[in-house]
Amino acid sequence: MTEQNVNQGRRRFLTATTAVVGGIGAAFLAVPFIKSWQPSARAQAAGAPIQIDISKLEPGQLLIESWRGLPVWVFRRNEQMLQALPTLDEQLRDPDSSNADQQPGYATNPFRAQRPAIAIYVGICTHLGCSPSFFPELTPQPFDANWKGGFFCPCHKSKFDLAGRVYTGMPAPTNLVVPPHRFLTDTLIEIGVDPEGVA
Amino acid sequence: MTKKLSRTSRIALFLAGLVVAAASHAAGGADNLLPANTQIGNKGMLQRGAAMYMNYCAGCHSAQYVRYSRLAEDLGLSEEQVMDNLVFQVDAKFGDTIVSGLSREDGIAFFGTAPPDLSLVARSRGPDWLFTYMRSFYRDPTAATGWNNTVFANSSMPHVLWELQGIQEPHYGEPVDGGDPPVEHLELIQAGLVTPGQYDASLRDLVSFLEYIGEPAALKRQALGVWVLLFLAIFTTLAWLLKREYWKDVH
Amino acid sequence: MAGPDKAASPKGLLGWIEERLPILAFTKAHTSEYYAPRNFNFWYYFGSLAMLVLVNQIVTGIWLTMNYKPSAAEAFHSIEYMMRDVDWGWLIRYMHSTGASLFFVVVYLHMFRGLMYGSYRKPRELLWVIGMFIYLVLMAEAFMGYVLPWGQMSGWGAQVIISLFGAIPWIGEGLVEFIRGDYLISDATLNRFFALHVIALPLVLLLLVVLHLGALHTVGSNNPDGVEIKQGPKGNRWSSEAPSDGIPFHPYYTVKDIVGVGFFLIIAAFIIFFEPTFGGLFLEKDNFVPYDPLVTPEHIVPVWYFTPYYAMLRLVPDKLLGVIVMFAAIAVLFLLPWLDRGKVRSWRYRGTAFKIALGLFALSFVWLGKIGGGPGTDAAETVIGRLLTVVYFGYFVFLWVYTHFGFERTKAVPERVTTHD
Repeated sequence: MTEQNVNQGRRRFLTATTAVVGGIGAAFLAVPFIKSWQPSARAQAAGAPIQIDISKLEPGQLLIESWRGLPVWVFRRNEQMLQALPTLDEQLRDPDSSNADQQPGYATNPFRAQRPAIAIYVGICTHLGCSPSFFPELTPQPFDANWKGGFFCPCHKSKFDLAGRVYTGMPAPTNLVVPPHRFLTDTLIEIGVDPEGVA
Repeated sequence: MTKKLSRTSRIALFLAGLVVAAASHAAGGADNLLPANTQIGNKGMLQRGAAMYMNYCAGCHSAQYVRYSRLAEDLGLSEEQVMDNLVFQVDAKFGDTIVSGLSREDGIAFFGTAPPDLSLVARSRGPDWLFTYMRSFYRDPTAATGWNNTVFANSSMPHVLWELQGIQEPHYGEPVDGGDPPVEHLELIQAGLVTPGQYDASLRDLVSFLEYIGEPAALKRQALGVWVLLFLAIFTTLAWLLKREYWKDVH
Repeated sequence: MAGPDKAASPKGLLGWIEERLPILAFTKAHTSEYYAPRNFNFWYYFGSLAMLVLVNQIVTGIWLTMNYKPSAAEAFHSIEYMMRDVDWGWLIRYMHSTGASLFFVVVYLHMFRGLMYGSYRKPRELLWVIGMFIYLVLMAEAFMGYVLPWGQMSGWGAQVIISLFGAIPWIGEGLVEFIRGDYLISDATLNRFFALHVIALPLVLLLLVVLHLGALHTVGSNNPDGVEIKQGPKGNRWSSEAPSDGIPFHPYYTVKDIVGVGFFLIIAAFIIFFEPTFGGLFLEKDNFVPYDPLVTPEHIVPVWYFTPYYAMLRLVPDKLLGVIVMFAAIAVLFLLPWLDRGKVRSWRYRGTAFKIALGLFALSFVWLGKIGGGPGTDAAETVIGRLLTVVYFGYFVFLWVYTHFGFERTKAVPERVTTHD
């Protein structure tokens, strides 16, 4: 048992190997504990896609449904509203919806919708999470004399047009989010699922 | 190894033996039960068992912890297959759990007691009990349902599978201590839609399904356990080599 | 590296902290500079394993509280929710339930080691007494934990155990009501047991474990020979002042304990992944039925680690006397350091009668455990059980008589520890 007999290389190698293998084991053990924080099957079931019937939705009317605890707005734009939208481009921060995080590809167009008349947005202000109010009339409002219809957030006065696009100079940084959605029929929408053939 | 060390290891073995004996004793339990021979890894059996459950049991018995979506995943079925073939509940969604149409109050009104939820019945009763129970119904004109059972006397459950099994009648033995004569064996007096062999096979499917819904994680845990043990064996071997290396200083 | 390396005191931030709070020096003093006897055997794994299980219970327990609902209406559902809907919830739950039982396996073996090698003897009396308090708190902790799933065994087990206090004359009935916080086992009982189980008792347990280790490192570890290494010659290859028969705990016993941990984890993993209910011993069948205060299960049996005491309770035909016997069975263990007056510590050098008595004592405990886990209706078993209860208590009487009056013929104890490998 003299120190000369100690094979330091073997000792270091075994220490390192055991530590690494033990570390790998600990890392694998941590996975269940971390993953258990993911939404559970119950939460996933509660957050499953919802279907909205829009057969009774009149032009200019707004329907609010809850999907994953978020207010989802569905409204039908009338001709006047659709014609007003392109005239606002100058006053908007992102008129062409170039920020791809805010809408799926199939809603990246001037109306931010699959079908121009049917607008579908998550009704949460992109500033600090308040839910803006709906002012569809193209008439002067206390907060804007040249109002062309849209949404006004009571919390920090952000303004959005009827395509959920934010005006320049507002606290809200981006346009409203378009949730994944598809048309099952002309009058039945499913929120939470992309259209067939879209990844 | 000297005498003293082997003595301690003998004691350790003795204690381990006692624990194993106690465990097997506890696992043994009730007598006269037939082996259910369930196979929770057999998807075909689970699918047939699920169909049986939905057709014969789910009308009265909920399985409130079992989601249709989980069934689809574990039984290898698509959402459409499950929704079209297994879901008889009105307005049920894919993520919902199995809830029977029978309310608690109606259950009490019809049977005297509410039919229990069956999510965990295989864990509390055991598969063998369920298998034997479902084979042991016999005609009893004195019972409210017209049926009695040799495994669970005066059960308030009627024989819902009688059309499949047929009708059994009891043969009584000698009464013990002046009590009611015990049922010695049951005889099939009217054949059912299937042969006794087919009936047993169907019950095995059903009980396998019940065992699966009792603990869906069982499918995953055994497969995973093999890898965990393998990893631990490697780790322990390494640790042992490391220990032997360091202890060269001591010996 | 002969001799302690005192010159290398850390620099920089570490040194700054060390000057103000000597964490490194403390750690060193209790690991690489704590000298443990070199002849530890198989029985010396269970202390570190108990620590491992304690950590497991705390970590998995914290995760269980993230989904558990301590209310009579929701408790049972929330457990099944974990078992099915929460990702990996089943694994965390089984780690906790298996850990609870293995905790007792480890602690019982750890205690038996103390009996074999006289580890409770002077100067380790306080160490033993603190250990006994740990055992007591652990039993309370386990009992309350078993109530939380709110199954039939949870509710009825709680009913039976709490009713024991009703046997106390005068105050019994009032005390039972006070513990329950209601006229029956109810939401209030569950809620307070939850609070005690997840925070109060674990805090006490941790404190006691720190004291246990503090006491151990003050007096030093005993060993299978029962020889006091501090009284032996001084000087070894690591230090000129340390006992010659001592070796630094780190690295020698850390690497050895890791091997023990490896074997232990193999057993634990086998149970968790292949037999988590352990044939109804770790998780009883009846506990998969929600608690129903109107329907008693056929056999109410506590979990296996309580069954020896439960057997004694049931075998005594008088309620108050039964309760007294049961609590005395635990209390008498506290007195061991003062009952045993033997001249040597380790059973290796003790009289033959001691070895037989200790063997019978262990047998009575295990056999009583088996009886307590059964239905308790067998007449022959009742006779055997009462005999075993006498054997259990007889051990302590025998030990005192045998040692106090000098009946014990001991063998010569070696001056130095012996190793056999």
